Amino acid sequence: MDILITGTVLGGTYALIALGLTLQYGVARIMNLANGENLVLACFCAFWLYTAASINPVIGIAIIAPAAFLLNWLIYVYAMKPLVDRAKNRGQLEVDSILATFGLMFIMQGVMLLVFGGSYFSYNFLSEPVRILGANYGLNRIVALGAAVVIAAGLYLFLYRTRYGTAIRAVSVSPSSASLVAINVPRASAFAFALGGALTAAGGALLSTFYTFNSSMGVIFTMKALIIVIMGGVGDVRGAVLAALLLGLAETAVASLIDPGLTLAATYTLFIIVLLIRPQGIFGRQTA
Amino acid sequence: MERRTLIKTFAASLLAGAVLAGPALAEGTITIGASAPKTGPLAGGSAVTYWPAIQLWVHDVNERGGIDVGGEKMKVELIEYDDRTSNEEAIKNIQRLATVDKVDFIIPPYGTGINLATAPLIAKYGYPHIAVTAVTDGVDEFAARWPNSFWTLGTSEGMATSLVDVMKKMKDAGQINEKVAVVNVADAFGIELANAGKPAFEEAGFDIVYETSYPLQQQDFAPIISSAMNAGPDSFVAFSYPADTFGLTKQAAIAEMPVKVFYTGVATAFPAFAGANGAAANGVMGVGGVNASTEAYQDFAKRQEEVTGVAPDFWASPVQYASLEALEQAITAAGSIDKAAVIEALKSGTFDTIMGEWKFDNNVIRSFWTVGQWQDGAFQGIASKGAGGEAEPIVKSGWK
Repeated sequence: MDILITGTVLGGTYALIALGLTLQYGVARIMNLANGENLVLACFCAFWLYTAASINPVIGIAIIAPAAFLLNWLIYVYAMKPLVDRAKNRGQLEVDSILATFGLMFIMQGVMLLVFGGSYFSYNFLSEPVRILGANYGLNRIVALGAAVVIAAGLYLFLYRTRYGTAIRAVSVSPSSASLVAINVPRASAFAFALGGALTAAGGALLSTFYTFNSSMGVIFTMKALIIVIMGGVGDVRGAVLAALLLGLAETAVASLIDPGLTLAATYTLFIIVLLIRPQGIFGRQTA
Repeated sequence: MERRTLIKTFAASLLAGAVLAGPALAEGTITIGASAPKTGPLAGGSAVTYWPAIQLWVHDVNERGGIDVGGEKMKVELIEYDDRTSNEEAIKNIQRLATVDKVDFIIPPYGTGINLATAPLIAKYGYPHIAVTAVTDGVDEFAARWPNSFWTLGTSEGMATSLVDVMKKMKDAGQINEKVAVVNVADAFGIELANAGKPAFEEAGFDIVYETSYPLQQQDFAPIISSAMNAGPDSFVAFSYPADTFGLTKQAAIAEMPVKVFYTGVATAFPAFAGANGAAANGVMGVGGVNASTEAYQDFAKRQEEVTGVAPDFWASPVQYASLEALEQAITAAGSIDKAAVIEALKSGTFDTIMGEWKFDNNVIRSFWTVGQWQDGAFQGIASKGAGGEAEPIVKSGWK
């Protein structure tokens, strides 16, 4: 029972890390390797808002997410759009965007190092225990899990129940056909990329309430997000959430029952098994 | 055409000026290279313990006019490289410092593993290697293998057995029971301390009810804390590195882990530890410690914060500074910046440092702090090997 709850909470955290990348990679087709840096930047912003202006991180999201939306929109328009325009096919865009965001990753990391230094940061927010079924859990983690559920549900409703959401899904299936039915593909892509960035930032703000972070740890988050996105099926919100939960449960079970040193091994074993059985990811479509 | 020639002449004269001015400027300076993490898993640790102490020392030396070398005052110039917490990168940096920058001295890297990885190279180029942030049992073996190396922070055996001694006293006094959980980070420091600590615990009559290790970049500690709690120990001991020290403590506070001794490794002695944990920090034991009430430490702490903006830790920061004081005094004693002469001066000299009087015994400082504990906002040394001025340990009572 303990394992189930801890695992679900951890899964919620992972979902927060990965949802943004699902959109960025699935719709805008940009494999954003700077995803983790984006997240850590949001951690710093939340930290700064909380310590300097004593703004509650959950409310801080209202500032951080729009700012991240704007920043990612600009990144897409000025840095990614030229790559999209010159790419002859999806494969080329993938390679180009990986290289470009790899560079972006170092830039963001360098700027954060310059501004914040290499030290660890953390602060106390809602780090009080809640009792669930006889064991204590951090309130901030439960809040993050709740937020993950809200964000995932909101994203699902937006993508599957609204007109613009349907348009975005159309772009993710086939950009060329989408433009035939009067969907402004570049705009939809930019929107998806920016929304993905905003989601990642919101996740970062929530994560900062219970993670100890420093300027150079973005890559850990990027790796986790990549695994979840690919495991869940590129561009599929349901898949990403399910994969995140699976990963959280598997890691917690292995850490509690076998050895904490094997969590990484468990992650990759699960990854390989899923890829062997369903190479397109849990909810992925066969690529044409 | 004429303009181009003009520019060329101008450029050439600039270049000539630079070449001429170069050696003239460099003559009165000692260049010192430092390579340590500015990024990667250990960057958080070195940003507290390593870099600020070095910057303060360079500032201090230059402020008083430089190091006295045979009657001439020579200023210090520092070259900093980032090793990205990677042994390979650190080795490249040392190579570069020795062969490209041709520095006069090298301040050895941060962390036990990287210190050992770079030791052969530093020895090959003949630099004195005054290791600070390296806790290992091999000090005598290494000092014999690399006669240029000096070890200042103590041995893992000393750290671990000293902790066991403290806890045994508490057990004999009836303050804690014999059940203990021992976890460690799977890196040189954690492995060595666990290897030294576990047999010592058993010998002292403790029963290790839970033990495990976890990788360097672990982020989630809920499973470890809850498994340890299920085993019902009175004492929890983690030989941890900075990020996991914070993670484990936070998780234990949330779970309200009912232990009477809670011990974590590197970073427990960081000022940020008290900041991050508030009242929950009180009673937490950790590796290191210092006699925080001495005038020398308080003066050092105040000045480091003024000069670098970073408060020092309660363990290795003052030792890092002291190691540079020893280097400076050895250079003055040798009367030259000849590396071999400075190594000889280090071996035989007595140095007046903020950690008290230092004299290397076969290249090793034998008195060092081993265990500290947060007591009313300060991390007090509660056990040491001959450092003196220990405070009494207290029983941890709750996390509020």
